[in-house]
Amino acid sequence: MGFLDIRNVTKSYGNVEVLHRVDIAVEEGEFLVLVGPSGCGKSTLLNMIAGLEGITGGEIAIKGRVVNGVHPSKRNIAMVFQSYALYPNMTVGQNMTFGLEMHGVPKPERERALADVAKLLQIDHLLDRKPGQLSGGQRQRVAMGRALVRNPDVFLFDEPLSNLDAKLRVDMRTEIKKLHQKLKTTIVYVTHDQIEAMTLSTRIAVMNKGYVQQLGTPKEIYDTPANLFVATFMGSPAMNIIPAKVVLRDGVPHAAVTDADGAERVLRFSQPSLTAWEGKDIHLGIRPEAITDPEGADRKSGNIQSLSNRVTVTEPAGSDTFVTMTLGGRDAIARMRADASVAAGQSYDFAVNMDKAVAFDPATEARILP
Amino acid sequence: MTASTAPDFRTRLQDWLPKLVLAPSFAVTILFVYGFIAFTAVLSFTGSKMLPNFKWVGWENYEKLWALPAWNTAIVNIAIFATLYIVICTAVGLLLAVFLDQKIRGEGVLRPIYLYPMALSFIVTGTAWKWFLDPGIGLEKVVRLWGWESFSFTWIKDGDMAIYTIVIAAVWQTSGFVMAMFLAGLRGIDNEILKAAQIDGASNWQLYRRIVIPLLRPAFLSAFVILSHLAIKSYDLVVALTGGGPGRATEMPATFMYSYTFTRNQMGIGASSAVIMLMTIAAIMVPYLYAELKEKK
Amino acid sequence: MAAVTQDTAVSTGRVTRAFIYLLLLLFALFYLLPLYVMGVNSVKPLEEITGGNMMALPQVWTLDPWRSAWSTAQIGVEPTGLKPYFLNSILMVVPAVAISTIVGALNGYVLTKWRFRGDTWVFGLMLFSCFIPFQIVLIPMAVVLGKLGLAGSVPGLILVHVVYGIGFTTLYFRNYYAAFPTELVRAAQIDGAGFFQIFWRILLPVSGPIAVVSVIWQFTNIWNDFLFGASFGGTSQPMTVALNNLVQSSTGVKEYNVHFAGAILAALPTLVVYIVAGRYFVRGLMAGSVKG
Repeated sequence: MGFLDIRNVTKSYGNVEVLHRVDIAVEEGEFLVLVGPSGCGKSTLLNMIAGLEGITGGEIAIKGRVVNGVHPSKRNIAMVFQSYALYPNMTVGQNMTFGLEMHGVPKPERERALADVAKLLQIDHLLDRKPGQLSGGQRQRVAMGRALVRNPDVFLFDEPLSNLDAKLRVDMRTEIKKLHQKLKTTIVYVTHDQIEAMTLSTRIAVMNKGYVQQLGTPKEIYDTPANLFVATFMGSPAMNIIPAKVVLRDGVPHAAVTDADGAERVLRFSQPSLTAWEGKDIHLGIRPEAITDPEGADRKSGNIQSLSNRVTVTEPAGSDTFVTMTLGGRDAIARMRADASVAAGQSYDFAVNMDKAVAFDPATEARILP
Repeated sequence: MTASTAPDFRTRLQDWLPKLVLAPSFAVTILFVYGFIAFTAVLSFTGSKMLPNFKWVGWENYEKLWALPAWNTAIVNIAIFATLYIVICTAVGLLLAVFLDQKIRGEGVLRPIYLYPMALSFIVTGTAWKWFLDPGIGLEKVVRLWGWESFSFTWIKDGDMAIYTIVIAAVWQTSGFVMAMFLAGLRGIDNEILKAAQIDGASNWQLYRRIVIPLLRPAFLSAFVILSHLAIKSYDLVVALTGGGPGRATEMPATFMYSYTFTRNQMGIGASSAVIMLMTIAAIMVPYLYAELKEKK
Repeated sequence: MAAVTQDTAVSTGRVTRAFIYLLLLLFALFYLLPLYVMGVNSVKPLEEITGGNMMALPQVWTLDPWRSAWSTAQIGVEPTGLKPYFLNSILMVVPAVAISTIVGALNGYVLTKWRFRGDTWVFGLMLFSCFIPFQIVLIPMAVVLGKLGLAGSVPGLILVHVVYGIGFTTLYFRNYYAAFPTELVRAAQIDGAGFFQIFWRILLPVSGPIAVVSVIWQFTNIWNDFLFGASFGGTSQPMTVALNNLVQSSTGVKEYNVHFAGAILAALPTLVVYIVAGRYFVRGLMAGSVKG
């Protein structure tokens, strides 16, 4: 039993089930990120934890107490909203202590809590201002401050950084991570940004179409995605998915990729278990950083395969150069060192780190387990 | 493990409190609007005279109503009045809005002048125009004093023309409001569209005819709905301006309903005329409101 | 501001501009003319109107028509002037406006922040009631007011105006609150505020602008109403009905100057509101037409 238990939770509107049997146990101090495209059900799930939406089936428990039907204010949670939801008519100080006031906390205690949190977030000088007078980043801090003052069991974040500009978003991301490391609070955080999910979380739940597609640590999600959806949703640029066939060479499984012109290339798998798939079609998944120039290849890898192909487009991005090629009739992207000498139209010998390659069953879209 | 999944008291309270707050208004609406409509509709099928009674007479009131010359006058009048009122108000409103939108100096002074009549009661408007159009002291006399001895303007005393004086006064009262609606519409048009059209070589006339006016469709629709509903309800203005006269020349459905119900003691017929008025307005308003509310879902 | 960005989209020639200005000024005269006629002739002795030019400025200035209209003119059978009717109107308008605005605010709050199944239907039914021809409710209303013992009384008129006013006030507040972020309400719920606390502490403090619109709209509408006043006013008739009685009275000499003074008196409160808060007045009109 976890600190926050989501047990077989479903949500329906009328006859339409929008959330299907979600089962997650969150440990104390954990930073769980719910990530997925819009409409995947992640915000609905968060609102159900908060008590802002009813639970159709299953139960949610916080610290062992089932909270289905418990009013949001009695769940000892705090929430940071996407729009920050600061009360426009109150000062920053009043905003932050409103919840304590509603819970009947005496004034001196409120003031003390406010002073502590304001100091922690470095917003002491803003306490008498109205939200309208604050910048986006300041509002964000105030919204977090309002949550912190309550000292809740669970913090809920609903896309808190999506209204900030790109640079501030990165700064605040670091800020939130620092805060979590310092306070060791339990956090459930909703975002559609997979980089936020990777950087902040201790665990990620990738959601799509009302299902949790995969629940795991950032490394698990990234290296061993459970299915094609998770593989392509997490990571930027997305994982290359190439149609291939498993063939045996000297008893060892290889991926055979056929190009439009009929030419066949083979890449040796690192997983011997794929022998069982001999002669069958698969989807080969290779992340862009696993296709590099030979000098940039991972030295620790035990299985670097060479792949000769024509370059169609190069996109220098400063730190790296992204190179597009056609593989198995589809575009594939390689991530090269910035100073690798490649040019569009030329042929090039790429190094493919097959240790990092994964294979998916085209029928079920699930990853073929080793 | 505590396993109570029934909502706590506070959650349940918050579930029905909003509905409880809304309930009185809803009940009042159902009773005083829809209940009353039903009551009047029932009366229109009864032989009610001075007081309501429930002697069922079927369609008799409606048959009588359509045979009455006064009702037919009222129908002809409302048709003339509504058509002219809507067309002229829209034309004047659009013209003023387009002209005011040309970076006019003093727009801030002109706009309130065009709009202020809307703040007045129709009774005030009627009184002002009644005496201004009165041949004995008003316009006709003024023009004659200014030297045009043969000038004649006696519409308000002329059974054939009196209905047009109501149009004049009603246009005076409402056209500024239509102007404001169109002006808001014009100001809402993305300026880049206009610039693009000019780069495409459209003249001012083409710009308005081909681009701007089609974009004002929602404003046209709103203006039409509001004006037609004001036209059918028009009662005060007729009472104050002509009193339905001369004779019965400016009888309208609204005045007809009032006089048959309360002064001529023909409540059944009065009720049936009210039902016809409601049907007419509902035919315009219901699709409009339905579309408006559906869009926002 | 949209008005500022509308810079040089349409360019017009010198002659066209002169024509535009001319036309705009002519229309301004058209709209101002009745007001001028009323004003000028309300400070003239009667002989100057019947014997002189209606457009001319008075030769003898007098406030007698105003005094007469206010306190001595014959209204119906009593020579009371318009004063008691003015008071009737005030006694009717103030509570009716206050009640309908408060109810509208609560309704708008429920319909946007506590939505439930079928709420759009409830709102639609209330909204349609703004647009019915009131002739359809006159007969049953007379019956009900009689049964309640409110016929011919100010409380009766207040009831009528509240009943048929809440559709509009609800519309205003609903549209206004619809733009108010629902996340704020959710945040307040998590903070532990209840239904009325959220309304009182979070929404009401920011409702100033729409409350002004609602009050002005209701004030104008109720003050200017004639149909209900004439039907149910009885001995407590409002200003508009009294003015009409004054103007239409068929006995004695027609005192045009008194009629004009009376008309201005009847128009004064709404005109003052329009001059002081025209911006809100226009916004009310627009909200009533374009259900954004």
